[in-house]
Amino acid sequence: MITWPNFVSQLVNGLAAGTLLALISAGLTIIYGTLGVLNLAHGAMFMLGGYAGFVAFQATGSFALAVLAGSLFMLVAGAVIELVVIRRFYSRPPEDQILVTFGIGIVLVEVVRFIFGSLTATVPPPAWAAGITSLGFMIYPTYRLVVLGIAAVALAVLYVVLYRTRIGLIVRAGIEDSGMVGLLGINVYRVFMLVFGIGAMAAGFAGIINAPVVSLTPNVGDSILVQTFVVVVIGGVGSFPGAILGGIIAGEILSLTSMVNPAYSDVMLFAVMTLVLFLRPQGLLGLAGRA
Amino acid sequence: MTHLLEVERINSFYGDSHILFDVSLHVGQGEVVALLGRNGAGKSTTLKSLIGAVRPRSGRILFDGAAAEALPAYAIADRGMQLVPEDRRVFGSLNVEENLILAGLTAKARWPLERIYAMFPRLKERRRSRGTDLSGGEQQMLAIARALVRDPKLVLLDEPFEGLAPIIVRDLLGVCRTLADGGQTIVLVEQNFHAALSLADRVYILNNGHIVEELTAADARARPEVLHRYLGV
Repeated sequence: MITWPNFVSQLVNGLAAGTLLALISAGLTIIYGTLGVLNLAHGAMFMLGGYAGFVAFQATGSFALAVLAGSLFMLVAGAVIELVVIRRFYSRPPEDQILVTFGIGIVLVEVVRFIFGSLTATVPPPAWAAGITSLGFMIYPTYRLVVLGIAAVALAVLYVVLYRTRIGLIVRAGIEDSGMVGLLGINVYRVFMLVFGIGAMAAGFAGIINAPVVSLTPNVGDSILVQTFVVVVIGGVGSFPGAILGGIIAGEILSLTSMVNPAYSDVMLFAVMTLVLFLRPQGLLGLAGRA
Repeated sequence: MTHLLEVERINSFYGDSHILFDVSLHVGQGEVVALLGRNGAGKSTTLKSLIGAVRPRSGRILFDGAAAEALPAYAIADRGMQLVPEDRRVFGSLNVEENLILAGLTAKARWPLERIYAMFPRLKERRRSRGTDLSGGEQQMLAIARALVRDPKLVLLDEPFEGLAPIIVRDLLGVCRTLADGGQTIVLVEQNFHAALSLADRVYILNNGHIVEELTAADARARPEVLHRYLGV
């Protein structure tokens, strides 16, 4: 029986999940747009961010410090992975790039499994965000509202970086034509390293703030990876606004469908993706004519 | 005498296809040099090899006194070479001014925007328009303007007049003339050989990836049979 509070609650769930997906997908889409590399390790980076936050939380006991340290760790980890591995694959065929990022994902998952085991790790929400909030006609876990807020702020920060800074100008141009950016005297490899770091940080940041909601396991990123791909296809490859729109659409589809029957939520997601591909192959906000 | 650019016997490939065969040329400071030849003669590949967008497999390129043949494109651009590509490659999602700002970001010396806008008043009118919303002529102006922002020692122009209305070609030719008179060194690839000869001091003719003739623009005009043989005009 679907009640009104139940429906609204699922709607908010969908928005929270969607904002989080949007953040992760924004990372994936700027990486693909700029470097031309489809990052199949993106789910593993979401997972790694969660564990980095877990470690930082264990060490400091502070949720805020865990988020900060985990994010910085992912920024550096992403940059190092680009520098050491991805960079050697720019001139290789796409299937090699897909294989190497897939391999990085496996390595990250197994290293985490080796260190932390398969048992779940938990990060409690900060004390001020624990418990439930009454929204008048319904009650809702406070931390989920906080996730929604933090993810929205993170997207806003990413927007400001992309659209209001010099680095953002270079990244937006690089998404369109990184070769031409190089011809303008800008060291595109440095840009690639930074973009991979920012993309990894977006995924990892989402992994940390999501850690109190789900229990961390080494495989926590697997389903996220598939969903972010769908988000990017729906929104348009390389489009930051597209990642936000696609993320919220995907979050709502997953949430509202699971209200009727959870088994159909992934099916519904792919059905909508197929519909978008039929009607607008470049995605809702993607530029026509690019891959 | 040392030239701004000296190219010694470069060989360039696309995959396994050998495109340039022992191409040698030189460009003096302040000179305008045109590369002429039929479609597929290797003109664009020569320009791409100069700026490092295509890496020559052998040969030497000396630019501004330093070896450039092994440098990545961004490093060559950073040393003062700029390519205006045939397909313009204006950033469609950025507006005119953002395209120009981007071009100057890492420049040591740069033209102020006012100087660019004085040369291309149309771009000033359209400064807030996105690249995708520009006409072909405006995109070409922006592509040239973007190259000038970095105050380059050498500008490579790849078919700048292709596909444009005659009145736009006349305007752009005027801009190029002004640049050349101001001492800007230019290497120009152009199918429109009348336009090319009106700008150039010297001409190289490429045929099937080989330099087959080197002559002054005056000689080229005086010996139409040479142009006829290699260009079919």
